[in-house]
Amino acid sequence: MITAKLLSRFGLSASALIVALLAIAILFPLANLALPPENPLHVPSHLLPLLGKYLCYAMLALALDLVWGYCGILSLGHGAFFALGGYAMGMYLMRQIGPRGVYADPILPDFMVFLNWQELPWFWYGFDQFWFACLMVLLVPGALAFVFGWFAFRSRVTGVYLSIITQALTYALLLAFFRNDMGFGGNNGLTDFKEILGFSLQADSTRAALFAASAIMLALTFALCRAITLSKLGKVMQALTNAENRVRFIGYRVEHVKLFAFTLSAMIAGIAGALYVPQVGIINPGEFAPANSIEVVIWTAVGGRGTLLGPIFGALLVNGGKSYFTAAFPEVWLFALGALFIAVTLFLPKGIVGLVTQLQERFAARKAAAKRQKQTAPPAKPALNPEAAE
Amino acid sequence: MSTMQENQPLLYLDGVSVSFDGFKAINNLSLVVDHGEMRAIIGPNGAGKTTMMDIITGKTRPDTGEVFFEGEKDLTQLDETQIANLGIGRKFQKPTVFEGHSVYDNLVLALKGDRGVFATLFSRFSAKDRERIEEILATIRLQSRAQTLAADLSHGQKQWLEIGMLLAQDPKLLLVDEPVAGMTDAETEETAKLLRRIAKTRSVVVVEHDMGFIRDLGVKVTCLAEGSVLAEGSLDHVSADERVILSYLGR
Repeated sequence: MITAKLLSRFGLSASALIVALLAIAILFPLANLALPPENPLHVPSHLLPLLGKYLCYAMLALALDLVWGYCGILSLGHGAFFALGGYAMGMYLMRQIGPRGVYADPILPDFMVFLNWQELPWFWYGFDQFWFACLMVLLVPGALAFVFGWFAFRSRVTGVYLSIITQALTYALLLAFFRNDMGFGGNNGLTDFKEILGFSLQADSTRAALFAASAIMLALTFALCRAITLSKLGKVMQALTNAENRVRFIGYRVEHVKLFAFTLSAMIAGIAGALYVPQVGIINPGEFAPANSIEVVIWTAVGGRGTLLGPIFGALLVNGGKSYFTAAFPEVWLFALGALFIAVTLFLPKGIVGLVTQLQERFAARKAAAKRQKQTAPPAKPALNPEAAE
Repeated sequence: MSTMQENQPLLYLDGVSVSFDGFKAINNLSLVVDHGEMRAIIGPNGAGKTTMMDIITGKTRPDTGEVFFEGEKDLTQLDETQIANLGIGRKFQKPTVFEGHSVYDNLVLALKGDRGVFATLFSRFSAKDRERIEEILATIRLQSRAQTLAADLSHGQKQWLEIGMLLAQDPKLLLVDEPVAGMTDAETEETAKLLRRIAKTRSVVVVEHDMGFIRDLGVKVTCLAEGSVLAEGSLDHVSADERVILSYLGR
């Protein structure tokens, strides 16, 4: 009954993805924890955090697709929201270290002791509580996106100009977070984490749980985005990419619609970042690098912009390729990535998902044509038809 | 509706001027449109017809002058969205529809209702909405194309769809900019019928160059030139005016 409801609500491919993600969330950790290493189905322990990282990237691409694919807002700074979510989680993990740090200060993280700070800055308060950190994971990227979007969309900044200021936003944050006196660990960022909610981050079971959490969150955020894009508001969002003026002149507040999508998207990116940090074990200002945000655009374009499914596949595929290529042929990776982006832009405007639907349509059309031929062919033999003989 | 509003004209422009880089696009323009009236606006290129619509719909702010809707609503203080929600619908010169959506969805989006973000997110499509859309589809003669993507419509059909979207908004005043540009004669005739039917229940302002079409409409005509009103009255009266012949018709 649940499957029927899911199908009618989200459609076949989207339901299949949700079910697949939930299945992965259970099966992969099981295959890692329960199966002995010599079993061919065993998932090795080093693979799980890597795959979990890909799922976080997929969630980031999904977030970008909500604004780029559906509202036509090309954000070149979505990595900033991802990194802010990551820092919020990193701050919690830092405070969990407690007296086990190198300097053994019960309150201050190591880098503060090293910088001779006497007390915890006010913005680190509360991060010893997991719930508070989770709240900040949503609120900080959301608030930044809201304020940024409020000014940008109200002033009707669109297109290339908006893309440039989103890029400037992430670059400004990169520079700010590099500074030691910002209080976020400067160049080195936050690392050397010990445990999350009392579970050791080095333990296989914790890693398996984090992987499962990533897969489940991806399924949930995907379902949320899918529900929104299928709603009337989703149609208004898509209408923005066709004729923004018409949307305004039939009485919708264009800036409110964009602000909603942008803020929600930033929050999803924040969740992705928060799940990413405990799995890779570090967060530093490098995550704010403009190139990171541009890579997200490439994943989304490769998978298929404006499809929600596509960006998830794009992120998994490109990052899988990256892991393989940077190990096997490190010098060609960037060229391969560039070539891929050019090829997709030129030949697959709707990405891989677009290619699949195109092939499906062609197949269906051929099938329909064959059926029609079958129905009309028998009564009149083609050879006797004067028109055909001509 | 209060009696005060009944006595007030629906749309009232007085002494409106606007200039762009020193060029006076609108110069001391005054215009009154009554409830239930259809008005045709003619005039040479650059007479300020589209700029006038921009001012009424809040796209352009006038430098001086008054623009009032239903007596007390000052349109110069409101933006496009607020004005649209007051009940002024606008059709652009170039047909502007949502090409990525079906004809049906175009109308669903335009349908009168709460335009708030969350109201839109959770909105449900009622049987009454469906009825209203069927009605509009019949009016604009696009029933058989309801599920067609708007991008795949012919030029004339896009114009009609846009008019249909305006109807779905249920405005009190419709501003229609060159509705028959690029239409075949048969389509032009259909459009005149359509606008006459619409004008039975609401006020309509039509900007057009096609004199045959204006004659078909058979309504009061205002001729603009160089940003102000040159002549006003029946088409025969206006086209007999010497200044109109000199600046517009005679050329």
